[in-house]
Amino acid sequence: MENKILLEIVTPYGSVFSDQVDEFSATGSEGEFGVLPGHAPFLTTLKIGMLTYKKGQETGFFFVNSGYAEIGPDKATILADSAERAEDIDIERAKAAMKRAEERMKQAEKIDFARATAAIQRATIRVQVAEKKGSK
Amino acid sequence: MATLRDIKRRIKAVNNTRQITKAMKMVAAAKLRKSQGRMLEMRPYAEKMSAVLANLARGAESALHPLLAFRPRKTIEVVILTSDRGLCGAFNSNILKAAQKFIGGLRKDGFDVAITTVGKKSSDYVRRRNIPTRRTWSGLSGRVTYAHAQEIANDIIESYISEAMDEVVLIYNEFKSVIAQQVVVARLLPLVPVGTEGDTEPALDFIYEPSQEEIFNVLLPKNVEIQIYRALLESQASEEAARMTAMENATKNANEMIDRLTLQYNKARQAAITKELMDIVGGVEALK
Repeated sequence: MENKILLEIVTPYGSVFSDQVDEFSATGSEGEFGVLPGHAPFLTTLKIGMLTYKKGQETGFFFVNSGYAEIGPDKATILADSAERAEDIDIERAKAAMKRAEERMKQAEKIDFARATAAIQRATIRVQVAEKKGSK
Repeated sequence: MATLRDIKRRIKAVNNTRQITKAMKMVAAAKLRKSQGRMLEMRPYAEKMSAVLANLARGAESALHPLLAFRPRKTIEVVILTSDRGLCGAFNSNILKAAQKFIGGLRKDGFDVAITTVGKKSSDYVRRRNIPTRRTWSGLSGRVTYAHAQEIANDIIESYISEAMDEVVLIYNEFKSVIAQQVVVARLLPLVPVGTEGDTEPALDFIYEPSQEEIFNVLLPKNVEIQIYRALLESQASEEAARMTAMENATKNANEMIDRLTLQYNKARQAAITKELMDIVGGVEALK
């Protein structure tokens, strides 16, 4: 029991996850990082990406839409703009969103390039996370 | 003595009022459910955000970011959150009373006070009393969005950085339950007093990624937005709850009034009939 870390994921739409886990990894702005219990105090911004946790035999995946992570020795807080459990992701919708963003990208110039890129990225990773769950 | 027709008219009038208060109560209940949900969802995020910042600020130097600057308190900004619409019981007057007391206290202690009002009720209040305000916002009652919070936050952050004020305080109604709202006076800026007394926990030596500066640059303004957003949501839920309670009481009072008037009406009708009978009997007697 002692070798666990409390992982909490909160978003403006409520607390998504709160449990003792063995380890987890997330996508920071400087790249992916893994966290084990006893981690040094660490604060990072998060990119749109995947968060994976392991708890005993159980592995869970989350889609995290940018935010912050504060990590202490026995507690980690993820403040995400939004987060979804892999099971809750609607793949069809994500794929449709990706298509829409790509269309807009082709029309070019007229639209905000950065916004379209972000939309594509979000959709891509959503699909990735959802498929990860499926392949398990 | 009111005539029968007068009483009947009054019953009708009260009944109309009751219909309105009843409808308003139901509308408020529906809105309350919605805003209460949003507020409850927001709470953990806002609280975690404050906790993270409290941790961070302990190890940070106040020179690192203008929002951490801890200047001697001279000008204090008071942000008052009220509703745009009335008919919600003591909701607005509670806030305004508390605000006036608080501001009075500050003035007495020799501080300059700048006032920002959110909601039409508070801006009307200060206008009537010729109290100068720095900014007034209105029109967001009932449909608070994150963009509103951002707008207000940007304004506050800008003037804080330009040193127009040295402390920012929020006064709003916190949602305790459907029947109880509590006026809260909360400090928004400076974010966390660095190295405050009674702070026994050791400063954590954080590793920052990308850099401490970059993180503070995004995190600190974001926190202001989040805290304002949260206060707006709390205030909104409280407003609807207060309105619901007020309208329920109004409906109850109308019911009571109708009962009383109906009784009065029946009595008057009875009296009229009795009088008529007496007249007839008297007339018959006289003819004998």
